Amino acid sequence: MSIHVNVAGEQVEAQVGQTVAGVLMSGGRVSWRTSRSGQPRGVFCGIGVCFDCLVVVNDLRDVRACQRRVVDGDRIEFQEDDHA
Amino acid sequence: MPEGSATTVVVIGGGPAGMAATLAARRRGARVVLIEAGDDVGGQYWRHLPETRATADEHTFHHGWERFRTMRSAIVTDPEVELILNGHVWSVDRRDGRPPLVHVMIGAADGRRRQARTFDPSSLVIATGAHERTLPFPGWDLPGVFTAGAAQALAKGERVAVGTNVLVAGAGPFLLPVVSSLLKVGATVAGVVEAAGWPQITRGWGARPWRLAKASAKGVELKGYIAEMAKNRIPYTVGSAVIAAHGIDRVEEVVVARLTPDWSPIPGTEKTITVDAVCVSHGFVPRTELAITAGCALDKDTVKTDQNQRTTVPGVFTAGELTGIGGVDLALAEGEIAGAVAAGGAPPPAAVRRRKTFREFAGRLDAAHGIRPGWQTWVDDTTLVCRCEDVTAGELRDTARMTGSRGLRSLKLTTRAGLGICQGRTCGRAVEEILAAAVGPDGLLDAGRTAHRPLAVPLRLGELATTGEDAG
Ligand SMILES: Cc1cc2nc3c(=O)[nH]c(=O)nc-3n(C[C@H](O)[C@H](O)[C@H](O)COP(=O)(O)OP(=O)(O)OC[C@H]3O[C@@H](n4cnc5c(N)ncnc54)[C@H](O)[C@@H]3O)c2cc1C
Ligand code: FES
Repeated sequence: MSIHVNVAGEQVEAQVGQTVAGVLMSGGRVSWRTSRSGQPRGVFCGIGVCFDCLVVVNDLRDVRACQRRVVDGDRIEFQEDDHA
Repeated sequence: MPEGSATTVVVIGGGPAGMAATLAARRRGARVVLIEAGDDVGGQYWRHLPETRATADEHTFHHGWERFRTMRSAIVTDPEVELILNGHVWSVDRRDGRPPLVHVMIGAADGRRRQARTFDPSSLVIATGAHERTLPFPGWDLPGVFTAGAAQALAKGERVAVGTNVLVAGAGPFLLPVVSSLLKVGATVAGVVEAAGWPQITRGWGARPWRLAKASAKGVELKGYIAEMAKNRIPYTVGSAVIAAHGIDRVEEVVVARLTPDWSPIPGTEKTITVDAVCVSHGFVPRTELAITAGCALDKDTVKTDQNQRTTVPGVFTAGELTGIGGVDLALAEGEIAGAVAAGGAPPPAAVRRRKTFREFAGRLDAAHGIRPGWQTWVDDTTLVCRCEDVTAGELRDTARMTGSRGLRSLKLTTRAGLGICQGRTCGRAVEEILAAAVGPDGLLDAGRTAHRPLAVPLRLGELATTGEDAG
């Protein structure tokens, strides 16, 4: 079943049961977060262990994109961790 | 009030080990609470598309899929099994002479307003599995570098290929199913690069490497992968490693070098391979944090058990990867024994025999593909080691030399390595080994403390406040 989510301000079609990482990677992205020293990060472990894939979902920071399933209307934003 | 009755077996983890434990405990008449963080059972081995996206070809991604369906259906249809999905066990409370209380947060991963529950088990089976160990190399933090398990999880759980032209590298037979899954989701596999050389592999597996495996489904499974690789003309290179990845904002090429028997790269053997993704795994690390918090004694990084899968804490059992990396068959056998004994029964003899076979398999696996110390020579000082706090190998080595400290804790506090949001799960072992090499022959004073973590899964601050009220 198709749903819609908002990725960084853009409406994107997604499937019920996809994770946020699944939606972002199906859309051709490999990175979306910026590490402390400004390096790009995306999925690394894929199973919720490394925390490389963090995103902001509906204003909530530090959500693991590889673990969170999308819900219709989700608002996904990218986070920068350059607060060293 | 904590929930539970005199005959409740609580099982943490719904992978092969936890599923087998649940069913065995039910056969002995106990009530079971099975707690799994994901939204279905199956664990890493039987990771699959969620029901909402189910496809007819799911079985082609798996081995033993019928067996999984049968086990799953017995669990979900049994009214005496309370299956808690999206249940994140974040801690356990030690008690004298009894299994600990089990604290669970139920709801979406990293969500808000989740439901807190606490269980009071008569026996507890901890079956939390393992995560991968990937040795750092220059450029391993570039997007497009994944663990092999990530490629596997994205293929099995999302039908996403991590790249179009992918190299698979690291050590061990686990690299083979990853190739198989990548092919199924449409990627081209540029090759498999195994760090162990033939001498290490043949010595480890013994004179007749497949004799042991042939008797089992595992041998058939592995042979299938090898045939698939041959059919697709995928080169398999042994005694070699990816020692660097290059690219701007994403991996564009990797450098592969031949290794000495101790895994040091041999200068002059470097070859550059063009890829858009590389998947690297050098082994697995048991997820022991809950067992440690429960007070279970460890044997190096695995949980100590007796022949009945009992840990050193009364009423606490463990099964699967926590007792040593052995794969699905060992997990199933150990789970069955743990569940039966946790429910007050005797260990099933057939499971005891299978456990013996697959422990031997696990021992050979480690001898044939276990990590050798020479890997540190491909980690130059600019290599990022801690991905959360962006700490390089040079910073670790300099701090050890300049402070003269031999304390792992204090060196970590100074560098911040391993203290980021993943709590050192990704880099902890590498940090410890790089520091141990840098402090010299006397070694670290508090080696091996990397796996000690107060929280098994992250909580939101507000949630911690509410659980305080509920449990009190
Ligand atoms: C990413 C990855 C992919 C793998 N893929 C394969 C493969 O394709 N083929 C293969 O032969 N082997 C694979 N393995 C090896 C795997 O460890 C074994 O095959 C097998 O799955 C081990 O079974 P287990 O029950 O011990 O652990 P797992 O299968 O890992 O199951 C453990 C379960 O516990 C749950 N859990 C962990 N912590 C908590 C907690 N705090 N609260 C609640 N639940 C929790 C997890 O969600 C998981 O479902 C993979 C391993 C990893 C890490
Ligand atoms: S990719 Fe590692 S936590 Fe999501």
